[in-house]
Amino acid sequence: MNQAVQHALPELVELRIPSRAEWVALARLAAATVANRLHFSIEEIEDVKLAVAEACTAIIQHEGHGEFIQLTCEALSDSLRVRVHDSGRHGMRVADGQRMSFNEARIAGLGVFLIRTLMDEVSYDVHPQFGTDLLMVKRLTGSNSSGS
Amino acid sequence: MDIKVNVREAPGDCYVVDLSGEIDVYTSPKVKDAIGELIDRGVYYLVINLEKVRYIDSTGLGVLIGGLKRVREHGGSVNLVCTNPQIKKIFDITGLVKIFGIFDSEDVAMKALV
Repeated sequence: MNQAVQHALPELVELRIPSRAEWVALARLAAATVANRLHFSIEEIEDVKLAVAEACTAIIQHEGHGEFIQLTCEALSDSLRVRVHDSGRHGMRVADGQRMSFNEARIAGLGVFLIRTLMDEVSYDVHPQFGTDLLMVKRLTGSNSSGS
Repeated sequence: MDIKVNVREAPGDCYVVDLSGEIDVYTSPKVKDAIGELIDRGVYYLVINLEKVRYIDSTGLGVLIGGLKRVREHGGSVNLVCTNPQIKKIFDITGLVKIFGIFDSEDVAMKALV
């Protein structure tokens, strides 16, 4: 019996961690736990774990990051939406609301490549006053969405 | 969460680095130090055994790439032992399967070093 779908969706899980390397494991495990509740496959759960960790790592490795990272996981009936928020107001020289590539804004190389490869949707919002949100979506595929 | 690193000498001027645990932004400096110390001592042929590694992220990959780059400057090489399909997938999607020798067993990885 699927316990997860007995509760009304969406369900929201929020976690705030210090922007330090030793806390990234907690963030990825929290995201993995939510993904597991949605009955993603083991491989998909690992994808979510890695994407969340890469996002947190990118924030931590960037000078001028905020004091905390806010992770928000939203369990929907057909997907998992993850928001990773950095309150740091660094490097955002663009005008309000203007978008730039996440690569330019925050991370380079393998980390952003992995995030984009492992998640179905990736976008970000830059708030000059409040920091940056990275938004990621992992959709349930037919095999696991119907099994609930 | 931690990473265990064990370094041992193998036949033919080769060293094996056994890694066990999770390699991420917190633990990868320990791996980097272990590999760096070997290279500083003149060890340029390495087998890095990832069989007991449960998780690796881009910082871990970066450490391995950095080690490979350094030994290649001295004509050496790094081979990996990896059987975990999730970790193999990371090497696959990043294209690193093309620059590392990745093997299912330590024996084969060592024989393929030269």
